[in-house]
Amino acid sequence: MRVSVSWLREYVDLPADLPTGDLEQALVDLGIEVESVVDLRESVTGQLVVGEVREIEELTGFKKPIRFCRVDVGAANGTGEPQEIVCGARNFAVGDRVVVILPGGVLPGGFAIGARKTYGHNSAGMICSAKELGLGDDHSGIIVLPPDGSAKPGDDARPVVGLDDVVFELEITPDRGYALSLRGLARELSHAFDVPLHDPGMAPAPGGTPTPAYPVEVRDTVGCDRYTARLVRGVDPNAPTPSWMAQRLVTAGIRSISLPVDITNYVMLELGQPMHAFDADRIAGPLVVRRAEAGEKLTTLDGVNRVLTADDMVICDDTGPISLAAVMGGETSEVDTGVTTNVLFEAAHWDPAMVGRTARRHKLFSEAAKRWERGVDPAVALVALERAVRLLTEHGGGTPSAEILDIDHVRPRTPITLPADLPTRRVGVEYPPARVVALLERVGCTVAQGADRLSEDPGAVGVASGAQVALSVTPPTWRPDLTDPADLVEEVVRLDGYDRVPSVLPTAPPGRGLTPRQRRRRAVANSLAERGYVEVLAHPFVSPELADQLGLPTDDSRRPAVRLANPLSEEEPLLRTTLLGPLLGILKRNLGRGHRDLALYEIGAVFHPRLGAGSPPAMGVDRRPTDAEFAAADAVVPAQPVHVAAVLTGDLDPAGWWGAGRPAGWADAIETARDVLDAAGVTGERVEVRAAEYAPWHPGRCAEVRVDDAVIGHAGELHPTVVAALELPRRTCALELDLDALPPTPVTPAPTVSGFPPALIDVALVVDDSVPAEQVRRALEAGAGELLEDVRLFDVYSGAQLGEGRRSLAYKLTFRAPDRTLTVEEAVAARDAAVAVAAERLGATLRGA
Amino acid sequence: MSYRNDPYDPKQVALLDPAALAEAVADATKAFTAAADPDALTALRSVHLGDRSPVSLARREIGALPPAAKSDAGKRVNEARRAIEAAYADRAEVVEREQAERVLVEERVDVTLPFNRRPRGARHPLSVLMESISDLFVGMGYEVAEGPEVDLEWVNFDALNIPADHPARGLMDTFHIAPEGSGLVLRTHTSTVQTRTMLSRKPPIYVIVPGRVYRTDEIDATHSPVFHQAEGLVVDKGITMAHLRGTLDHFARAMFGPEAKTRWRPHYFPFTEPSAEFDVWFPEHRDGPQWVEWGGCGMVNPRVLRACGVDPEVYSGFAFGMGIDRTLMVRHGVSDIRHLFEGDVRFSRALGTGA
Repeated sequence: MRVSVSWLREYVDLPADLPTGDLEQALVDLGIEVESVVDLRESVTGQLVVGEVREIEELTGFKKPIRFCRVDVGAANGTGEPQEIVCGARNFAVGDRVVVILPGGVLPGGFAIGARKTYGHNSAGMICSAKELGLGDDHSGIIVLPPDGSAKPGDDARPVVGLDDVVFELEITPDRGYALSLRGLARELSHAFDVPLHDPGMAPAPGGTPTPAYPVEVRDTVGCDRYTARLVRGVDPNAPTPSWMAQRLVTAGIRSISLPVDITNYVMLELGQPMHAFDADRIAGPLVVRRAEAGEKLTTLDGVNRVLTADDMVICDDTGPISLAAVMGGETSEVDTGVTTNVLFEAAHWDPAMVGRTARRHKLFSEAAKRWERGVDPAVALVALERAVRLLTEHGGGTPSAEILDIDHVRPRTPITLPADLPTRRVGVEYPPARVVALLERVGCTVAQGADRLSEDPGAVGVASGAQVALSVTPPTWRPDLTDPADLVEEVVRLDGYDRVPSVLPTAPPGRGLTPRQRRRRAVANSLAERGYVEVLAHPFVSPELADQLGLPTDDSRRPAVRLANPLSEEEPLLRTTLLGPLLGILKRNLGRGHRDLALYEIGAVFHPRLGAGSPPAMGVDRRPTDAEFAAADAVVPAQPVHVAAVLTGDLDPAGWWGAGRPAGWADAIETARDVLDAAGVTGERVEVRAAEYAPWHPGRCAEVRVDDAVIGHAGELHPTVVAALELPRRTCALELDLDALPPTPVTPAPTVSGFPPALIDVALVVDDSVPAEQVRRALEAGAGELLEDVRLFDVYSGAQLGEGRRSLAYKLTFRAPDRTLTVEEAVAARDAAVAVAAERLGATLRGA
Repeated sequence: MSYRNDPYDPKQVALLDPAALAEAVADATKAFTAAADPDALTALRSVHLGDRSPVSLARREIGALPPAAKSDAGKRVNEARRAIEAAYADRAEVVEREQAERVLVEERVDVTLPFNRRPRGARHPLSVLMESISDLFVGMGYEVAEGPEVDLEWVNFDALNIPADHPARGLMDTFHIAPEGSGLVLRTHTSTVQTRTMLSRKPPIYVIVPGRVYRTDEIDATHSPVFHQAEGLVVDKGITMAHLRGTLDHFARAMFGPEAKTRWRPHYFPFTEPSAEFDVWFPEHRDGPQWVEWGGCGMVNPRVLRACGVDPEVYSGFAFGMGIDRTLMVRHGVSDIRHLFEGDVRFSRALGTGA
């Protein structure tokens, strides 16, 4: 909402010399956000003066008609001689008073004015249009001041054209509809500066008459609990909107349309009461206020033909709906400049929830709808009606009807019971009961004392019983947001000042620190960073094509995805089911920026829909849902396990002055997967790596990582087709593990650390190519027994002498006893036992044997 | 040749002459001194102390002397030999020391060569910041609570006193999950975890919730559809707004230095009443010391407590939430939020270490 300080001052006696900064701070302290402050006094610098046109010489021979003018600017130019100015506008005559900026001045936008020769004449200064002064969009001609003005040539023109004002752009929170009006803002400022308020909402207004101004039937008094109307006949259909009114509308961002419509908008800004003006001659028969029938149609003022639902409310005449109630009028009964002479003003009160739904359904977020949703004072309707009628007859003539319609079903406010000490208990500042009462009365509440009201208000929320003094507080009609004791507490602390709240640290009970799951995620993240991987955080939005690009089989569990109803990009409506899609996208972006050697990782959630789960059961908020109710609802929430994924391309060890680099390969991805498990505290025999075929990996270079016989992820080189589809470098590698699938870390038993010397024995085993090294290792470990400390594969060899399809695996076996130095015989016996098991399980033979 | 039977011949015993021995010592000393390095010196050892050296040959001549002269001559030879050995040892020490020093000079390397043999990894700066916030509050006895990113509308809105037709719901710019009526959204704030925490545990509750949230904001320099918040929730007996301020002041000093302080502006949040937005005074802002908008806070609305099964007659609480991305950007002077999500390794490497 944009308002000028001069307008505010009409309703609240702000100090005359109030600095703009103080006013801004006061608004902020009241909870009204100041988006911007435009000081119009500073928008034009230099001399901006009133001038009187003395001579006009028409210049011809140019592309457009040009005028050479001599303008009396009094003594402002220092000489007292008329100022010579060339002007392209034609909407003025000799004797008109205009606005002149003299050389040295600067217009909004940094447009500096000087003296120059143009169109063959000297031009010293400029005659200004409203647009050039930043006063609106009117650039159809220069400003011609009203002839009755008191300003003389040479006077400062700023006060004359409204450039002596300050405009505040305010953001009003959705609970405080009343602050979307001059009335409400003035009231707030009267609190801040403790100055008198002249509440235009309390102006006298005649009440409804037994005979209605126009026949109206309200069929739904829940959706519309008040409907007032009055007729003005014989209005001048061409009467213009007074400039001061148009100016204030423009400042507020509302276009000037016609006098009756402008008046409804002006009254809305002033009083917060949205209104409607009908052309009474374009209504056929009595008006009916009712819910729309589903499928009913109405063409609204914006020219859109709308299909209505049974939740919308409409105002109908004999022809059907003529207005979408509270939101936007219809075309057929619109007031037309030059035509309308009989105006029917409506000031009603609508159900905020209904208006909100209608506005969202039809995407019609009008200024009126915005106010309805946030709450409008139901008591101000007749005042608004009276104000509108007076403005219309004053500026457009006509005769108001003696009859005034008022259909009033507004229910009186229920008092709120407030223990007088609740503000003190909630805020931590000592507020004596008298202070609480005074502050609440200041915002317009009626406060009565007496604990007897407690029992009458079973709906009270958050009131501790047994309070010494209970206050019975009836909020004012313009504060529908005040419904609970907590709301009243806020009013107390807000008006008393948030800066008075002291700073006290609460003492929490002893905590248990991070959970094992949280510690594990950190350990994994840190270990990857230490190993040279860079953590990234990708957006989770992916395209439906990604599943194909990754080569996922049609029945892959990563194909069903959670879909957004309103994605930012129609190309990416799905949430990721694997981290790899977005992560590879980031890899590609880095490559595009010239990075060649990359190792990236992300730890984040993936999303798997609960297929066939349906909608969650409805739950209220008046009580806690039962565990069963919440469990049933929670079962609909997609599974969102936390995964870790990493991708690798280019050199893992870079080349440099020390020598050649080493490219990242499938083995690095698998090793990193093992490192992740290590960091997660899952080690030893619980971890198993097997060959697997799993998209998007290369079928011959993909490892399945298992923990306790459950697959928790995959690692290896990406499938060449996938790499090509995603336009990634050849041999890009990746891994992805489900961290949430990892079992808890047990307490690890300590190893026996022997101080006796080891016995080292090398053994080379020949096995079939198809035998995985992992199984050979396991066989050796199983056979060697407890003396075996370490098995290390140091060479893999295949050659003609071994025979086709066979390879030799050379191991270094470290044996050690906890209590003695091993004899050669003992070590050899253990080695033989190890080899025997490998021979038995895998057909391994000793090389050279 | 047998010296024993050789008759004494003065000519033959010329080497035993004191002058000759003195000359041998002088020669040796001179030669040793001229040796420039241990190898050259070692080569001279056999010349001046070996079997064919003057002192060794002189010793042989002793046998040719009459018995009376032997003792004297032997003493002389021994003295000469000791003198040569001493000269050798002295020189050896010098040349070895010189050699050692020379090696240190010759082995000099350029220690300014770039050592980027092991590529540097990094955490994401947002992760680092989220963890340091968690640690701060864990140190105060809080626990770190978590919740799903796709959550029930009831958890994200209804339970937090944001009814379906409330304008505040419209202001949230929510991503809805298809199909219509799924009852699911991408959480618009970490306040969902308030709901879930109060549903799942009993007061006293002291939790901090760092996490990822979503709004349908088009991406530009200051907006991202994905961003991060940290939410604090305390529910206990006798909790007041003063406790909220104390907590936020402590938090502010931890994030923005000991001179940091907070300032409140009344505001509206459906799930807190009274509510405020809070600013923080940041003395080290890159554009000079100034107030920076930081987050929202307030006393947990009793309606929220009731919907989550906490008795508002017994307990009160406060909640606060602030943007982690914004905190990072303000602290480090990051001008464009896109840097946080584009994943350029230069960004994480520059900021993804330390806290």
